[in-house]
Amino acid sequence: MEFFLQLVLNGLVIGSIYALVGLGFVIIYKSSSILNFAQGEFLMLGAYICVAIMTGANVPFPIAFAITLGFSALLGVLMERVLLRPMIGEPVISVIMLTLGLSSVLKAVVQAIWGTDTRPYPELFPTTPVQIGPLPVSQGYLYSLGSVAVLLVLFTLFFKLTRAGIAMRATAFSQQVALSMGISVKHMFALAWSIAAVVSAVGGVLLGGVRGGVDGAFAFFGLKVIPVVILGGLDSIGGAIVGGFIMGILENLSGGYLDPVFGGGVKEVAPFIALVAILAVRPYGLFGKVKIERV
Amino acid sequence: MRCGDFRQTYAEDMAIFETPLPRVLLAVFLVAVGTLPFFASSLWLDVVIRIFIAVIAAMGLNILTGFTGQISLGNAAFLAVGAYSTAFLAGRLGLPFPLVIPAAGLITALVGMIFGVPSLRLKGLYLAVATLAAHFVIEFTVSHWEGVTGGVNGISVPAPKLGPLVLGGDRKLFWLAFALTALLLYFAKNLFRTKVGKAFVAIRDQDISAEVMGVNVFKYKLLAFGVSSFYVGVAGSLLAYQARIISPENFPISVAIDQLGMIIIGGLGSVVGSIFGAVFVTLLPELLRLLTGSLSDSFPQLQGLFAPLKMGLFGLAIVLFLVFEPDGMAARWHRIKAYWKLYPFSY
Repeated sequence: MEFFLQLVLNGLVIGSIYALVGLGFVIIYKSSSILNFAQGEFLMLGAYICVAIMTGANVPFPIAFAITLGFSALLGVLMERVLLRPMIGEPVISVIMLTLGLSSVLKAVVQAIWGTDTRPYPELFPTTPVQIGPLPVSQGYLYSLGSVAVLLVLFTLFFKLTRAGIAMRATAFSQQVALSMGISVKHMFALAWSIAAVVSAVGGVLLGGVRGGVDGAFAFFGLKVIPVVILGGLDSIGGAIVGGFIMGILENLSGGYLDPVFGGGVKEVAPFIALVAILAVRPYGLFGKVKIERV
Repeated sequence: MRCGDFRQTYAEDMAIFETPLPRVLLAVFLVAVGTLPFFASSLWLDVVIRIFIAVIAAMGLNILTGFTGQISLGNAAFLAVGAYSTAFLAGRLGLPFPLVIPAAGLITALVGMIFGVPSLRLKGLYLAVATLAAHFVIEFTVSHWEGVTGGVNGISVPAPKLGPLVLGGDRKLFWLAFALTALLLYFAKNLFRTKVGKAFVAIRDQDISAEVMGVNVFKYKLLAFGVSSFYVGVAGSLLAYQARIISPENFPISVAIDQLGMIIIGGLGSVVGSIFGAVFVTLLPELLRLLTGSLSDSFPQLQGLFAPLKMGLFGLAIVLFLVFEPDGMAARWHRIKAYWKLYPFSY
């Protein structure tokens, strides 16, 4: 039982980060119908930049974090403006390849600057574990879970209440209608990319804090999050959040119980097996919109 | 004097060589490539064989993605299936290579068709995602099915042999790779002049319209997966014969991305584009290695930057091609040819 709870808790923490990165994915997909394969690189870049500022310039964490977020926002806007805008109206394969090419470039930049060794993270959270029921829980987990929850609530409010959030939803609903209502679709695309980059960077910093270090494997999160968004439905923000937690728990449970049977590696492949099943049964996911195609 | 070429029959219109000159040029090119093993260093011969393998794999991917419009991120895994089939058939069963290579291709075709079944319901992004899942599932199988694949430690592959003939070493393997590449490219070029090839293209352009016009979409999509995977399986087989030891590390997801890069850079839906792209993407790291090697005296830190430089340049090449030349090198090639056709009186 304790083992089970521990796995579920680990799943919740990883799931919360999946939810964040998935949120970025869905925001981009909803507004511009682009599946961003470079999302994992945004996460890795955010984690690296934060630790580089903290250790390199000896800046306290909150300031370094703020700079990281600012940089990520800028990066997102830049990507959209320079690379993605010429791609409007191009076939799906071109857009996918563009984000894959972009992910190569970002990975190369990170490797060229920081090398391939794991960079240790300074202590972001107090180390003494807290006792919850029978379980000792490290505080880093609670902090990251808490901050993800706050962020998710903030974003929900942003989309429901603010002018920009409503304009983004309108753009996602129908670009033509949004244009005729005086919304600048281009600005909404740029905003979507910067939000996606920012939430991924937050996920990266939290993950770095929880794991105690950052390395190139962080980029793999960008692929791992694809089953999450498919499960939730590619165009559903709530779906990404629910999907993130489900996938996080699923991969930890299957890893915990099936790894001894198969000799390791189940955790990495379980989301993808689930992905095949979801695609076979319900390709539009839990909350996604069913598209009807006409010639 | 005849100026311009006039086509009076349908057969003339469909001819691969419109005039005799390209036929001669192609023959000269093939003979030139055929002389390579007599003077190329073993280092470059290795590169040439890797180019052949890349050309076959890229052609296979192009049949599926470029001609039929089904995006596949599973190519590295299909390459692995071909390579491991070769290891099993040649190593465990001791079969000769004329049997092993087609069998590896057929096994891969079968696996490819199984993963192609979802393509009936899924398209575009969703199919890309499904093939990505196929990659990880196959990768997991390969690294855990230790009885057949040797697990993470890998498995050794004997040299290709047929009775007393043993094609050990790159200098002998060259002829096998060369012949297979020529044969498969010839087949691909002709495939798109037949009903099957036209059906593929119809599905790419508008699958619902194709269905309305009487193309059995599911059948031809599966067939496209099969033909494409056959090519990739043959490439994987050659790869196993060349590498002699294969392990799951030979087939990471980046291999699939490299191959997609080849057909993007070369040109989607173009046979000659597959060749250009494969040559470009395989030569890029080699030329970079030459460059960093020659500059290492003046800039010693360059050696450590080789891996990121290679990855960055590859990504940059894809991005730049997509933004500035979306139809790839093949489009540029056709433009150059068109220019010389009327030289010096263009316009």
